[in-house]
Amino acid sequence: MEPTRIVTGRALPLGRANVDTDQIIPSHWLKRIERTGYGLGLFEAWRKDPLFVLNDERYRGAIILIAGANFGGGSSREHAVWALQECGFCAVIAPTIADIFKSNAIKNGLVPVELKADAVSWLLAAVESDANTLITVDVAERTVTAAGLKAPFPLADFFQTYLLEGLDEIALTLRHEPEIAAFETKRAEWLPRVR
Amino acid sequence: MGSTLSEKVWERHIVRRAAGEPDLLYVDLHLVHEVTSPQAFEGLRLKNRRVRRPDLTLATMDHNVPTNDEPAEDISARQIEAMARNAREFGIRCYPTRDPNQGIVHVISPQLGLTQPGMTIVCGDSHTSTHGALGALAWGIGTSEIEHVLATQTIAQTRPGTMAVIVDGVLPADCAAKDLILGIIARIGTAGGTGNVIEYRGAAIRALSMEGRLTICNMSIEAGARAGMVAPDDVTFAWLEGRPFAPKGAQWEHALDDWRSLATDAAATFDREVTIDASALRPYVTWGTNPAQSVTIDGAVPDPDALPADARESARRALRYQDLTPGTAMRDIALDAVFIGSCSNARLEDLRAAAEVVRGRKVRSGLRALVVPGSMRVKADAEREGLDRIFLDAGFEWRDAGCSMCLGMNPDVLQPGDRCASTSNRNFEGRQGPGGRTHLVSPAVAAATAIAGHFALPADL
Repeated sequence: MEPTRIVTGRALPLGRANVDTDQIIPSHWLKRIERTGYGLGLFEAWRKDPLFVLNDERYRGAIILIAGANFGGGSSREHAVWALQECGFCAVIAPTIADIFKSNAIKNGLVPVELKADAVSWLLAAVESDANTLITVDVAERTVTAAGLKAPFPLADFFQTYLLEGLDEIALTLRHEPEIAAFETKRAEWLPRVR
Repeated sequence: MGSTLSEKVWERHIVRRAAGEPDLLYVDLHLVHEVTSPQAFEGLRLKNRRVRRPDLTLATMDHNVPTNDEPAEDISARQIEAMARNAREFGIRCYPTRDPNQGIVHVISPQLGLTQPGMTIVCGDSHTSTHGALGALAWGIGTSEIEHVLATQTIAQTRPGTMAVIVDGVLPADCAAKDLILGIIARIGTAGGTGNVIEYRGAAIRALSMEGRLTICNMSIEAGARAGMVAPDDVTFAWLEGRPFAPKGAQWEHALDDWRSLATDAAATFDREVTIDASALRPYVTWGTNPAQSVTIDGAVPDPDALPADARESARRALRYQDLTPGTAMRDIALDAVFIGSCSNARLEDLRAAAEVVRGRKVRSGLRALVVPGSMRVKADAEREGLDRIFLDAGFEWRDAGCSMCLGMNPDVLQPGDRCASTSNRNFEGRQGPGGRTHLVSPAVAAATAIAGHFALPADL
């Protein structure tokens, strides 16, 4: 995974609350066995509406998505993160982001930013009135900055390091192989084995 | 102080704990299916990594398989073949289509006795919370995490919060476990459990069958929870005993002693508690496009302006999508389709409840109705009881096991504009097919609705 330190760019004011992963990428796109090829599926149903914000020329090239509360709920499909990244998004800002989506995002270097609801409303209004509003998400500082606003967002140290260094988590865990092997010697005998 | 059930299971599985890092937890069982795993296996191949514990890993095919005799379309066949190939290459047992053990991953594991109290279970599917019904700590993971678990048999997780949903009282006779969980979600909302493991407690939970508890825990994710659990008790043990992978002989006795120690200590406290009176619940029907947007079947489509301010915009959007008018009585809403299936409600008890309503009656003319058993074993058991004849005689389709119309990946999809009463768990826009409209209900209400042609209780027929 590539390291992610600072994301600066224009934003897409989606605004809606409860954007579930079925909306981000509908299930028929999940028949693919590759990690790529999901861009055209992003918000596929909503995109059919010419007035949908993703079709608005003013927001072409936006790299930050701003949404309402409970973004990314529902299905665990990591394809939702892959689809957003294929369309150029590097960060998602919302008052709350669902747990599995947040975890999937971090593992792919998409920055999940949970900001207070009033700060999100402020950003939405700013981007809606001026599509060229530049927003900076600083992972090292854990802040979001835009003209007139600087707001902190929570990000655990470990996840921050993970994003900043673009770590291979499996390689990290495999360093603890002796601890895993030791744990395995203590497991209860009755625990099921599939084969 | 004391510990809660989820804290006990968590603590037992810590492989490594270090300040400032998530805990590294051991995974007792990793369930794999064809849709979210191919990229994880490819990741292993690219790094020349192996599956650490094939003996703790079980694969099946459920999301994208045909549930009738039609062959899968090419792109789906490619995904199904990839699952079979990956299982062979990495030495994992796989129950493919047409295998007597095949079925929805969250139906087959409890049925085989693989899901046991106190275990940690993960799967690349958000409804993995289902397994908490037996007192396991089980949650859904993404594809990167699947790859991590395959390679290491561990997963790094931040400690969740604890939440108790205490359901006191007696559930009314015409209410099912589905109504109970829809009632809970209506109360706490789609993000009400975010960051927490919910433990379902109280007399009404204890009184539920294992199937009912599986339905409740299944939809924990619909309240945004990390997982849902019920403390194991005699209902759990009676249900498990004798199943193929359950402990036998002296091991069974050892396991029982251990499992009895898992329940939340009397002195333990939860970060949050919610209490619900089961006797005040009614059968629920969702009207909107998330599982919290529901009313009782005696109610009507709400007026968004009468809802709390932060719910209005979502409600307006939902009503536009669902093509519903505020004030319409739920019983006056006509349906095009009825789907009885999914990891929420496709176990034998669910099919029995629906068949009881359908027996000797006919599906409303023009309405499409299908029953998709949760597993091939459920299907075989149902056929032994003659449930297939009851459904077929009434005009239902009787299918093979799979996720089917719950998520519309296989050809079982709604046509645009079709309205469906569904025993599944998600009423998101387009969930059952682009433009389709979903209303979540219990198996008994789904069955009565198929007969009446509009939302109905069995007593209305």
